[in-house]
Amino acid sequence: MAGLAASLGSGAMTNAISELGSASAILAIGTNTTATHPIVALQVKDAVRNGSKLIVANPKEIELCRFADVFLQHKPGTDVPLLMGMMRVIVEEGLHDKSFIESRCEDFNASEKSLAEFDLNTVEKITGVPQDKIIQAARIYATETPASIIYCMGITQHVQGTDNVLAISNLALLTGNIGKPSSGVNPLRGQNNVQGACDMGCLPNVYPGYQAVTSPEAKAKFESAWGVALSDTAGLTHTKIFDACYEGTIKALYLVGENPVLSEADASHAIEAMKKVDFLVVQDIFMTETAELADVVLPAVTFAEKDGTFTNTERRVQRVRKAIASVGDAKSDWWITCQLAKRLKGKGFDFSSSAEIMEEISTLTPSYKGITYTRLEKGSLQWPCPSEDHSGTPFLHAEKFGTDSGKGKFKPLTYRKSAEVTDSEYPILLTTDRSLYHYHSTMTRRVYGLNVLNNEELMNIHPEDASVLGIEDGQMVKVVSRRGEVEVKALVTENCPQGTVSMTFHFFETPTNVLTCCELDPVANTPTTKVCAVRIEGLNS
Amino acid sequence: MADKIELTINGQLVTADKGMTILEAALSKGMYIPHLCHHRELEPVGACRLCLVEIDGKWKKTVISCKTEAKEGMVVQTETPEISEIRQATVELLIADHDVDCLACGQNTRCALQRVADHVGLNKKRLQRLKPPEKKLPIDDSNPFFNFDPNQCVLCGICVRTCDELQNVQAIDYAYRGLGTKIAGFGDKLRIESSCESCGECIVRCPVGALTEKDSPKPTHQVKTVCSFCGCGCGLLLGVRDNRIVSAQGNVNSPANKGRLCVKGRFGYKFVNHPDRLTSPLIKRNGEFVKADWDEALDLVTDTFSKNKGEKFAAIASAKATNEDNYILQKFTRAVMGTNNIDHCARL
Repeated sequence: MAGLAASLGSGAMTNAISELGSASAILAIGTNTTATHPIVALQVKDAVRNGSKLIVANPKEIELCRFADVFLQHKPGTDVPLLMGMMRVIVEEGLHDKSFIESRCEDFNASEKSLAEFDLNTVEKITGVPQDKIIQAARIYATETPASIIYCMGITQHVQGTDNVLAISNLALLTGNIGKPSSGVNPLRGQNNVQGACDMGCLPNVYPGYQAVTSPEAKAKFESAWGVALSDTAGLTHTKIFDACYEGTIKALYLVGENPVLSEADASHAIEAMKKVDFLVVQDIFMTETAELADVVLPAVTFAEKDGTFTNTERRVQRVRKAIASVGDAKSDWWITCQLAKRLKGKGFDFSSSAEIMEEISTLTPSYKGITYTRLEKGSLQWPCPSEDHSGTPFLHAEKFGTDSGKGKFKPLTYRKSAEVTDSEYPILLTTDRSLYHYHSTMTRRVYGLNVLNNEELMNIHPEDASVLGIEDGQMVKVVSRRGEVEVKALVTENCPQGTVSMTFHFFETPTNVLTCCELDPVANTPTTKVCAVRIEGLNS
Repeated sequence: MADKIELTINGQLVTADKGMTILEAALSKGMYIPHLCHHRELEPVGACRLCLVEIDGKWKKTVISCKTEAKEGMVVQTETPEISEIRQATVELLIADHDVDCLACGQNTRCALQRVADHVGLNKKRLQRLKPPEKKLPIDDSNPFFNFDPNQCVLCGICVRTCDELQNVQAIDYAYRGLGTKIAGFGDKLRIESSCESCGECIVRCPVGALTEKDSPKPTHQVKTVCSFCGCGCGLLLGVRDNRIVSAQGNVNSPANKGRLCVKGRFGYKFVNHPDRLTSPLIKRNGEFVKADWDEALDLVTDTFSKNKGEKFAAIASAKATNEDNYILQKFTRAVMGTNNIDHCARL
């Protein structure tokens, strides 16, 4: 998100999901779309059925490869060289959109110069992808317009995550594939309302609507609206909050609807941190592995028991409606937080409905200004929706970019190696992914049928690697990283390239994230969950 | 706006969009032509042969209306004695091979075969003469969410085309030939062993009771909302009965999913009424959680929070919660606790 915000002025998906179906070419990189965003994947498959070209770039041979014209199986952590290689082909063959670069972009020259180190011999060596495939992919992406890029955690969960995103936006700007229908840069947001949580300012550096806490105007605006003095120091990011709990500088942690014991990279560290913090309040729907560590657990309602709005990955704000009464004495998250606020003498927490909260949101959040519950009754709205007579924005950057200059910014890039490297002790790379049948763990692990369909963690390993290590399909193995170890059953499959194994993180029985690395991307502070050096030891069953 | 054409169906002048089939033209005007294998979202295949019509004039012949384009000036008869006779025989053969246990069937009152039979009219004596020896095929109940009963199947192929054309999964197809024909996964193994992704789109489209959802009491009403799993934001209609969620259906008016759902969207709601739900606040005393009432729990939390304002406090928000929940949490963190230490899983 930090990358796109810097280059395009907004970190959100540029296009609507439905526009993908009409794209002439789609580049799906770092997304196992059929498992993580099945309905977006349907649009991709529809596009292919209608004759569009599909390029899949992924270390694993994912389901979407069945539909791909080109499959670029690059090594984990080599997205920048791969994309720079494609750009180099495009520039050398003169396939870039010169008039778009001229009229809509800036800093192209520096970015073009940074392509120098990415000749295809070098790129092939780093990525493991044959040159002819990179050329083929580059030509398809540059010539089949409109072209869309979709990406997900495979791009961001790296120590080079921000660079990866910048490489993607460079590629889109280079070919003028942005600011038009079916043409853009589309980060597929993971959780149902991760877009909304960002929009609402649940980030340490911005108020709702991405208004910087360090901006005196924004601070004054929110101080006046909320009637209190506010801090102009950006807060700590997610991973650093756990560090601060560990170090003892944070004494009280209020954790709502998240299960870091399973989801946090280097989970053992997060667990220690939560054990160390003086006072941990967990607000959730089940007694999660994280809630077990709490001093106080507050029961929240599920989406089926409350009114409100979710903002999906395409910036679409939609109404969530209460279908049943609260289970037991569980309450809405906003109600609980308001009770705490009022008991602490906070002003401005006397809300009696979610609709009233949305009224306040829309007065303070420019992109939500035109969004009201009355309008949402008639249908959803895609932000930016700056006024009540505005019908919402299906695709971004039509006229100008959201940057200060209004131009799309090219960024020069170099190849930086992953922080986690293999060595003789930890010779294999572990990458993480998701299953179609689970969404993290708290909810889906409690749906009986989903656990019939997928009931245990399976470490995917290439037959060659399995044979070298003497591991048979179905055998239990121990996976050891520099941070921890887990035992897991092996699935021998050619889906995984040689030298790389993969695991999901849905199963408390196999807490994959005790292995992963929380080395951070320096800009976005995203941990490098997707690359982790491990060794594998066969266990006698 | 699509180009229009005019044709005559059963003596009535009908306006239709250019490119429509005769069946679509008739159905769009509320004129029923019996059919089983037609589905508006799928390519027509002409498998059931029930939608026969007779065209007069220069095109004169008997055709299946689901695969014949309506043309300007066409004169169509949907119910001639000849057509009725053919249709009668077709339906009788279908019913003879069908497990007619309508009251216990999940598709009762919504069944396309019931409607066809009702329209054509059945003769009990003739049916009995046709009845083949009782040979019940085993029901495939291997999938945790749905059953496939081949005895109810009319081989319309809607499930096969849904899996192929809409989902691109191609988990099932026709297997065997002649009387032995059935819908099956690769190698005629159980569904759970096929490449089926359990999206349930075939169940939604099955016109008869061959594919039915397990444990699915009919809801008393539906509530329009949004799925809570991934960022797709699919429109859902949650079915409610006795204050429990009993079904989920894709909302066809939702621009994000246009009615389609994945396995989690369609069946994943079952966590809502799980017996393990937290139902009251809990306070840890001597290492054990003890139930508390809200006042007690909130007092304890606020007492401790009040001593840890500023940089000693942090909040982690939830990307599962609503915008309103999240707005309030960041306002609380900033305005009451006096810190910007708030983040959520977006960067994870």
